[in-house]
Amino acid sequence: MRKVLLSGCEASAEGALAAGCRFYAGYPITPQNRFPEYMSERMPEEGGVFIQAESEISAINMVYGAAAAGMRAMTSSASPGISLKQEGISYLAGAELPAVIVNMNRAGPGLGDVTPSQSDYFQSTRGGGHGDYRTIVLAPWSVQEIYEFTYKAFDLADKYRTPVIVHSDGVTAQIMESVDLHLHRKRLPEKKWALTGCRERLPNSVRSLALTPGVLETHNWALAGKYRKISLRETRHSKYMCDDANLLVVSFGTCARICHDAILMARAAGIKAGLFRPVTLWPFPYEELAKLAGKAKKIFVVEMNMGQMIDDVKIAVKNNIRIFFYGRPGGGVPSSEEIFREIKKI
Amino acid sequence: MKTIYKRPLSLTSNTTIFCPGCGHGIVQRVVAEVIDELGIREKTVGVAPVGCSVLSYDYFNLDCSESAHGRAPAVATGIKRSLPGRIVFTYQGDGDLAAIGTAEIVHAAARSENITVVFVNNAVYGMTKGQLAPTSLIGQKTTTTKRGRTAEANGYPIRVCELLAALEGSIYLERTTIGSVPEIIRTKRAIKKAFTCQMEGKGFSLVEVLANCPTNWKMTVPESFRWINEVMTVTFPPGVYKDKTAFDTESEKKEGTPGK
Repeated sequence: MRKVLLSGCEASAEGALAAGCRFYAGYPITPQNRFPEYMSERMPEEGGVFIQAESEISAINMVYGAAAAGMRAMTSSASPGISLKQEGISYLAGAELPAVIVNMNRAGPGLGDVTPSQSDYFQSTRGGGHGDYRTIVLAPWSVQEIYEFTYKAFDLADKYRTPVIVHSDGVTAQIMESVDLHLHRKRLPEKKWALTGCRERLPNSVRSLALTPGVLETHNWALAGKYRKISLRETRHSKYMCDDANLLVVSFGTCARICHDAILMARAAGIKAGLFRPVTLWPFPYEELAKLAGKAKKIFVVEMNMGQMIDDVKIAVKNNIRIFFYGRPGGGVPSSEEIFREIKKI
Repeated sequence: MKTIYKRPLSLTSNTTIFCPGCGHGIVQRVVAEVIDELGIREKTVGVAPVGCSVLSYDYFNLDCSESAHGRAPAVATGIKRSLPGRIVFTYQGDGDLAAIGTAEIVHAAARSENITVVFVNNAVYGMTKGQLAPTSLIGQKTTTTKRGRTAEANGYPIRVCELLAALEGSIYLERTTIGSVPEIIRTKRAIKKAFTCQMEGKGFSLVEVLANCPTNWKMTVPESFRWINEVMTVTFPPGVYKDKTAFDTESEKKEGTPGK
C-alpha cells in the first residue's frame, strides 16, 4: 500500500496515469491550475504527451486526435472552460471516441467566481453540447475517490467508446488528503478502429457526419441503445444509514460529504436521517432512489446550486413523497451545522 | 500497352460529390500522387475539417479523421504527438483555416508541429453556398456581400502564408495555384516538399493552393481558371514564403544560414 498526500487535481492525474493515460492537453483556469502543472511534470516521466494548448477548444480537439489515434487521452478544466469544450465533447460522442474530461466545477453563470460549485449538473448530465447524446458522469466526494474514479473513467470510456466526465469541484480539486495509490492498469484494450495508418488493412475513418438520408438516424438509434446498456449496467450510488431513515437526504460530491456530517449530528439529536448519494450523475440511480423513497417520509435535496439534481430526484420519486430543498448557488459552500439546522426545520 | 495515367492508390474509386469543374478534385489527386510517390500511404493519417474538405475521407484511400470546423491542426497535433512515426496532414479550406480556425493554425505553426497542411484557398465559403470568406478579395461579390467586399464594411483579405511566415515555427510555406498545367505541376512539387519536410522531422509545413469554385464564383470553368491567374494572384502572389528545410539544427534555423 502506497499512501501519499495529494490534492484532488494531483490525485485525479495519478488515477489517469495509473489507467494508462499518456496524453493530456489542457489550458490554465482556476481552480484546477494544479492539474496542468502537475501533468507537465508527470506525463514526460511516464513517457506520455503533455501539451498546454492555446485554448480549451484546441485542448479538447487535441484529445480528440489522440483518442482517434488510439491513445488513452484526457483534458481537465473548470466550468467556463468546460463550456468551450462542449463542441469537442459532442464530436467525441458522435464519432464514438473514448476520452476523459475532468470538470472542477466553479460558480457561474458567465465568468462567475472561482469558488466551488455544483452548478454544471445540467450541463454534465443533459449532454452539454449540441445533439442527442449522453456522457457518463462520475461524481467523487474525496481525494481518494477522484483518484479511483478518474482511473475507472478510462475503462468506461474504452468499454463504451464514449466521453466520460469526472464531475468534481473546487473543493475536491484543492484540498489535500492521503491517497492510497493502489491502482495500475497493465494491459490496455486493443483498438482496431484507431487511425494508425492502413498497413495490411483497409483504411479506418473517424467521423460523425452522415449526409446520406437515414444513416444518422440509424447511428443515433445505435447510440441510444448504447446509452440504455450503460444505464442498466453502470449506475452507481452509495447510501449511509438509510435503512431506518424517515428523512432521506439526497446529495452528491462535496455537498454529500458535508451532508454526511450533518446526518451524524441529526442522528445524535434523535432524527432518523440517512444519506443517498448518486455516484453516477448520469446514469442517475432512479430505481434505487425510488425504492428507498418508498420507505422514507420526506426527501431533502441539498446542492451547491439553485436546484438542478432535484429534477432527477423528482423523476425518480414521481411526486409520491414530499421533497424539500436547500441550495447555495454562486459559490456558497454550506457547513454541516448549516445543513443540520435546515434538517431540524423539516 | 504502357499505362501512362491511372488513379493513384491513395484515392478511392468513389465518385466525388464536388460541383462540376471544382478545384478540389485536382488538389486531392495531387496530394494522393505525392503520397503514392513517397510510399507513405500505409502510415499516413489525414484530417478533414468542416467545409467541402470534410468529404476527403471518402476520397483518400488511407486513414482519415473528420474534425470540427477549424480544429484540424489541433486534431492533427493530437494524432502526430500520439504516433510520431506516422505522417499526418490536414486538408483545409479558407473559411475553416483563416476564419474559425485562425487560433489553431497559428499555434500549430508557432509550436512547429511536425505536420503538413494543405490549404485550399478559393476565396469563398463553398459548402454553405458562397458567403464572404476571410480570403475573399476586395470587390468580390458573395452572398453576404452582394455589392462586393469593401474594406470599410468587411475588412481586408487575410494572406495566410505572409502571416505565418512571421512565426519562427513555420519551416516551409509556399503558395501555388491550379490555374494552369505548369502551376499544377508546381503545386505537386510544393506538396511533395512539404511532406518531405515532415518525413525529415523538420517541423511545420503548409502549402496554400489557390483553387477555383466556379459554382459560387458564378463563372464557367475556363473563366474561373482565368480569374485565379489574373485576379486572385494579384492579392495572393504565388511563391515560396518560407523555406528552412535545408537547415538541420535549431541554431541554423534561428540564424537563417543552412549547414553544408
